[in-house]
Amino acid sequence: MGVHVRSTVNGDAVEFTCPEDEVLLDVLRNRLGLTGAKEGCGTGDCGACSVILDGRLVCSCLVLGAEMDGKVVETIEGMADGAKLHPLQQHFIDGAALQCGVCTPGFLMAADALLRKNPDPTEEEIRFGLAGNLCRCTGYDKIVRAVQAAAKEMRG
Amino acid sequence: MASATGVGASVRRKEDLRFITGKGQYTDDINLKDQAFAYFLRSPHPHAKIKSINTAKAAKMAGVVGIYTSVDVAKDKIGGLICGWGITSKDGSAMKAGPHPILAEGKVRYVGDHVAVVVADTKEQAKAAAAAIQVSYETLAHVVDAAKAMTSKVQVHDVAPDNRVFNWGLGNEAETDAAFKRAAHVTKLDIINNRLIPNAMEPRAAIGAYDAGTESYTLYTTSQNPHVARLVISAFHGLAPEHKLRVIAPDVGGGFGSKIFIYAEEVVCVWASKHAGRPVKWTGDRSEAFLADAHGRDHVTKAELATDANGKIIGLRVHTIAAMGAYLSTFSAAVPTYLYGTLLSGQYNIPAVYVTVDAVYTNTAPVDAYRGAGRPEATYVVERLVETAARELREDPAEFRRKNFVTQFPHQTPVIMCYDVGDYGAALDKALAMSDYKNFASRKAESAKNGKLRGVGLSAYIEACGIAPSAAVGSLGAGVGLWESAEVRVNPIGTVEILTGSHSHGQGHETTFAQLVSDRLGVDINSVSIVHGDTDKVQMGMGTYGSRSGAVGMHAISKALDKVVAKAKKVAAAVMEASADDVVFQDGSFTVKGTDKKMAFGEVALQSYLGHKFNSSEIEIGLKESAFHDPANFVFPAGVHICEVEVDPDTGHTTIAAYTCVDDFGNLINPMIVEGQVHGGIAQGIGQALLEGCIYDEESGQLLTGSFMDYAMPRAGYMPNLADFKLGFTCTPCPTNPMGIKGCGEAGAIGSPPAVINAITNAIGVREISMPATPLTVWNAMQASGMKKAAE
Repeated sequence: MGVHVRSTVNGDAVEFTCPEDEVLLDVLRNRLGLTGAKEGCGTGDCGACSVILDGRLVCSCLVLGAEMDGKVVETIEGMADGAKLHPLQQHFIDGAALQCGVCTPGFLMAADALLRKNPDPTEEEIRFGLAGNLCRCTGYDKIVRAVQAAAKEMRG
Repeated sequence: MASATGVGASVRRKEDLRFITGKGQYTDDINLKDQAFAYFLRSPHPHAKIKSINTAKAAKMAGVVGIYTSVDVAKDKIGGLICGWGITSKDGSAMKAGPHPILAEGKVRYVGDHVAVVVADTKEQAKAAAAAIQVSYETLAHVVDAAKAMTSKVQVHDVAPDNRVFNWGLGNEAETDAAFKRAAHVTKLDIINNRLIPNAMEPRAAIGAYDAGTESYTLYTTSQNPHVARLVISAFHGLAPEHKLRVIAPDVGGGFGSKIFIYAEEVVCVWASKHAGRPVKWTGDRSEAFLADAHGRDHVTKAELATDANGKIIGLRVHTIAAMGAYLSTFSAAVPTYLYGTLLSGQYNIPAVYVTVDAVYTNTAPVDAYRGAGRPEATYVVERLVETAARELREDPAEFRRKNFVTQFPHQTPVIMCYDVGDYGAALDKALAMSDYKNFASRKAESAKNGKLRGVGLSAYIEACGIAPSAAVGSLGAGVGLWESAEVRVNPIGTVEILTGSHSHGQGHETTFAQLVSDRLGVDINSVSIVHGDTDKVQMGMGTYGSRSGAVGMHAISKALDKVVAKAKKVAAAVMEASADDVVFQDGSFTVKGTDKKMAFGEVALQSYLGHKFNSSEIEIGLKESAFHDPANFVFPAGVHICEVEVDPDTGHTTIAAYTCVDDFGNLINPMIVEGQVHGGIAQGIGQALLEGCIYDEESGQLLTGSFMDYAMPRAGYMPNLADFKLGFTCTPCPTNPMGIKGCGEAGAIGSPPAVINAITNAIGVREISMPATPLTVWNAMQASGMKKAAE
């Protein structure tokens, strides 16, 4: 029973067997102990479960665990380089771009995916790039500012 | 003097490291050994008799540990959910509270009502078994519309034949009627305050665990007030006495009121854990959040404002029908009464106010406090009326407000509240300047060139928060006191632990509370930790809601810090061989007046635990103090919102073109955190005004807005651009707490909806428009008014 999956998660090789219908989010949270991605809706509408799968931003609640096979998964737990925070993380802290923190891992992954494609986004492009992520606390203002600041720093 | 990490500094949030690295520990992130999973079978009908529940087939399914219904609840004598606030009707009768069992008993009253719970080895098994439970229902007629509840033949609860929970009044009816008789002008509005679904991004969750060895329970839960949960579960559900029940609210992902209340799911998890002999975990999905979290607002109001020949407001008369839903949730009865009627005087000097409220049962999810709780509803009534009156009287809405402002303090309103301090004109001036109000006409002309209709709307809100003086709320029907507690533990090496009964679920207490301690004790902010959310660690608490944690929670900490300093002075005096009266504590050091003797705070902490250099029969060993604080009054944040919208006449789509908000929160502890609270509150207010509306289908009683695809919340692109979203502050320090602060958590959600709607009605030239002002609503209003034609 189940599917045998080999994958790379945050640079580490992982191997496990899971039921065919188990979603990537549950694999991460319940099998791999990576609870940074959150289930905010389970229907792909809120982005709290966002991860990067083979370079592409996905809602992990809409992807099957079996689809990880042979692919590379990046989650919030792998974003910092050891103790050195990613510029996005650093600017989220510096600018208080989070409050309760539940949507934050998803926003950071979405912002990371955006800046890889577009290192110098306009404000409108940032808002569009984060349109798949819901935040109920911040009103987005400080999130947009943090992404701007991180993008600027990353461009050097 | 403000230090880099003290009060007044925009210190980086100490809690954020764990959140931005994915290491937050929310309830669903916690897993206990051998845990089983609960799944709730919910009612598919808005109103029905339960004829039978057959669990035989389900009980035999794989992984099922137990299935429980109201029969088991009765067997174990588990009490029902309570409403902690009693309201007395005008005729002196008590409110009519129907039973609220944790699992439906004989009848279901809304779609989503809890019928049975399955506990199984996995979530999937529990869900599959729940689907196999056979329930025979006899459906009954239902009522979901608050306006129709009192005249409906449907009876939600036997105790309330006309579905009326109470008929409450506040103010002076005779004086108000007289004011309307002599009025030169009367402005009338019919107002619906749309029902909202809170939707904190973390769905509710709970884990109950029973320890047979100690006969005690632990509950992990998504709560804004774990001590209140413990009290209610002990005292009313009878599951365990308080000393045998530990409630932990770990990281909690937003609440906005919806996690104040005690819900059936938490009680069931605790109860079922003993039956199952293993921990029982329940994590709600988003559908359950839509169906069964307490909703907010849902008022139907007729309101009138009387003015004299000089445009001075002389009277306000309001009648509101407030939906309570199918059951009375924990704080529900207080929301449309003491948190609503008492704020109807707004920022204005109104000699006569009278409000009556009919609270009604409907076959919907319970309605309770949601960010602002009663005060957004009051502000919407007052600010829609005031703006409309100004337009009818052809006065500038800003100046009409100004001439009616309260200017002398303290100011006793006709509806209980006594405003302590404020300067409403200063906030108005600042908001007018920041928004460049005087040049609105040129921006309107510019928008017109682009084919857009621009409008401007104001809102001058006041709210009462920092709830609340215990004796006052006790006299008004509260079942608890609304104080807060704190304990300050100074460790021998001078680090400090603060145990607080407040609970942070996004507010940033771990930072702001530490700033206060850093200031008072002169210790580094990183030497301070804030402990909250665990009834085994913190002795007592009333939790976080009603923007109370600054004004009440920090005040308790402040009192305990005063005691710590007083004790430390005695120790320092003994060690430095001086009189305690000669010891001065400043910037983290104890000095003796007129000498060069000096001890750092950390040295005194160590000495207080060593006990080598003072007589321990005179000075007790240790440095630890606690305090309870009961506030002397509410605090009264107030401010002015100015919203400019652009409406596309072809589609009815509204864009927030510019938004300015000036708040008087007294002194600010951490301006960066305060800004975030205001931004978020305004986003929820813009959501209410433009997007969010909970809809129950009248015919079927089903919730039509049961997902994020049907219930739209603001996304990043919906908010004003950075350059067009301006926040400002004025400051009249609050006189009833030593920090001089007022609450900031709800103000944004309170002030913003009328500003947005006033801007839209101004833009399209209509008198009234309902919330949410969706493109269709706006477009229809334009067609009806002929505005579309004029724009073309």
